[in-house]
Amino acid sequence: MYVYDEFDRTFLSERVADFRDQVARRLSGELNEEEFKPLRLMNGVYLQLHAYMLRVCIPYGTLSSHQMRALASVARRYDRGYGHFTTRQNIQFNWIKLAELPDAMDELAAAGIHGIQTSGNCIRNTTTDPWAGATPEEIEDPRLYAEVIRQWSTLHPEFTYLPRKFKIAITAAKHDRAAIRVHDIGLRLHRRGAETGFEVIVGGGLGRTPFVGKTIRDFLPKQHLLSYLEAILRVYNSGGRRDNIYKARIKIQVHEVGTEEFARRVEEEWAQIRDGALLLDEAAFDQIRDRFVTPAFEPLDDAPDALAEALKNPDFARWHANSVGPHKVAGHAIVTVSLKPVGKPPGDATAEQMDGIADLADAFAYGEIRVAHEQNLTLPHVRQKDLPELWRRLDALGLATPNVGLISDIIACPGLDYCSLANARSIPLAQRLTERFADPDRIADIGRMHINISGCINACGHHHVGHIGILGVEKKEQEFYQVTLGGKGNHKTKLGELIGPAVSEDEVVDVVERIVDTYLDLRAGPSETFIAAVQRLGLEPFKERAYAAR
Amino acid sequence: MTSPLQQKLKITGPTAITANRLADGVVVWLTPQRTWSEAIADAAIATTSDEVHALLASAQADELEAVGAYPARVAVEDGKARPANLRERIRVDGPTVAFGSAA
Ligand code: HEM
Ligand code: SF4
Repeated sequence: MYVYDEFDRTFLSERVADFRDQVARRLSGELNEEEFKPLRLMNGVYLQLHAYMLRVCIPYGTLSSHQMRALASVARRYDRGYGHFTTRQNIQFNWIKLAELPDAMDELAAAGIHGIQTSGNCIRNTTTDPWAGATPEEIEDPRLYAEVIRQWSTLHPEFTYLPRKFKIAITAAKHDRAAIRVHDIGLRLHRRGAETGFEVIVGGGLGRTPFVGKTIRDFLPKQHLLSYLEAILRVYNSGGRRDNIYKARIKIQVHEVGTEEFARRVEEEWAQIRDGALLLDEAAFDQIRDRFVTPAFEPLDDAPDALAEALKNPDFARWHANSVGPHKVAGHAIVTVSLKPVGKPPGDATAEQMDGIADLADAFAYGEIRVAHEQNLTLPHVRQKDLPELWRRLDALGLATPNVGLISDIIACPGLDYCSLANARSIPLAQRLTERFADPDRIADIGRMHINISGCINACGHHHVGHIGILGVEKKEQEFYQVTLGGKGNHKTKLGELIGPAVSEDEVVDVVERIVDTYLDLRAGPSETFIAAVQRLGLEPFKERAYAAR
Repeated sequence: MTSPLQQKLKITGPTAITANRLADGVVVWLTPQRTWSEAIADAAIATTSDEVHALLASAQADELEAVGAYPARVAVEDGKARPANLRERIRVDGPTVAFGSAA
């Protein structure tokens, strides 16, 4: 955990006080809507279909049990008893009253959390691997650098009015769990000889015009991180398009000027500032590193007897197979908590579940919780001997669905049930799909599969990078869905391809099932995953069968 | 449904003016008395472009009680407005999915 300093805390409470004043002036009519709207957006407050929505930032997806309880309390006191975890590693409350928002924000600020910079054309919450600081794959904890970026970008005077919003993601592991190639800037920490540095990727993004990010530098020594980011932002800030909101993201600029030319401009700008005030030395890193409290791990053995015994229970074994990952410290494990129970809205958690997870984190996981972009939670540091008891208690909370990484672990945006921009609903479709694919043996047989659903082209549900992507469109006021295949959001990012005309709300679940059946019939064997089969076979056999029954 | 905020004003049938209440975001409808009601059945129903423009102008006049007013096509039953499409039905009835502890 990172511990905020006095400056951060004072800043947060002043910011809430300002917002309280702004809300009062809006309600009294002193501020009009045009004046107020940018102020509320700056604090993460949106107006949805039937209420205000508060988006709360969870810096690099790390939460303490104490902060989780603060979220539960806000859900209970100011909302309708639940919250929605999103693909941006943050949480949204859907029903808070404007007049009560300052009180809710005060409670959150007391726990060190807020909605600042979750909206507006600024540098957003830097996202990272939910397994950061726990996975044996990483060379260093990437959150250190996420925090360096946060301190630099928060209220950076030059970058609060960018052409568009700006999102940075960072990973230090080979397996990309942070989707770095679909962010404005993606950073991959790696080593060259004794030196640590970053591969720098720019211009990725989803939405209306999706692009996979391009590498503009293979290796940037870490001490230059901020000057190089600053150079990229300057090139974007001066050359990005402000004339057209659909062309204002950096991805369009990179596409229009070309990767090489963009890289050249960045290097040119960087040459001016690389050895200036932004140069980072070890002392600067140490200062931030010191404020991260890492758990005092107990020395334990791998695969303890209690675990071996518990694995004889097939239900536990099934959950263990897809929810538990290896940890860098012997005797420990990383646990993914599925927020995708069959038939429920993906990513939702009730106040009771949030409190329950906080208690489990305290009892079994050194008090730490992460939010993953797949809309699940992670307990990053669990003692292996505690896994059976943790599983029993998660199950009692309705949080032990054994489907992590499988077909019913669906990502879905809020869609037309909440979002004023939607063309079609996402959540009910996700629910019907999880019901269709409810049998644990069948979904284990289908194996690794990501279905991602967005209710409109803004792509909050990341449909472009779903193995099966589903996009809601509208035809004559009816809900229709386009289906894409072959997308991937990992270290081999690829955008999915459309299989054909959109299908109606009635047909779409059957279409998905026919695609899955085609895979099961044609796969080279159980070890060939869906995505590998799509790559080998191409779209044709899937297309043919998907539309066959029409 | 394409967001009405992105659509041009074109009147294709009975239309009511709707918005979100400033203080809590609740969906409200403009009544013939130019007040806001939570019940769509209370909505003033316009059928000509001029009527819609007049209602909209008064709805947008102060934005102190309600914000983001726009014209929504409605169905009419016994002289009262009802939602004419899924989007407005969700605004009136709430999400089509159970949520919170009801889920
Ligand atoms: C329901 C209220 C929401 C509203 C009103 C909203 C608004 C928007 C808008 C206007 C865009 C598109 C244009 C742009 O700015 O690039 C967008 C994009 C995006 N939103 Fe949302 N959003 C909502 C919910 C969410 C949720 C729940 C998530 C995460 C699960 C999310 C994550 C994203 C992402 C990742 C993009 C960017 C796609 C890209 O890379 O271009 N949003 N959102
Ligand atoms: S993808 Fe569209 S419908 Fe879904 S949350 Fe984003 S803006 Fe709303």
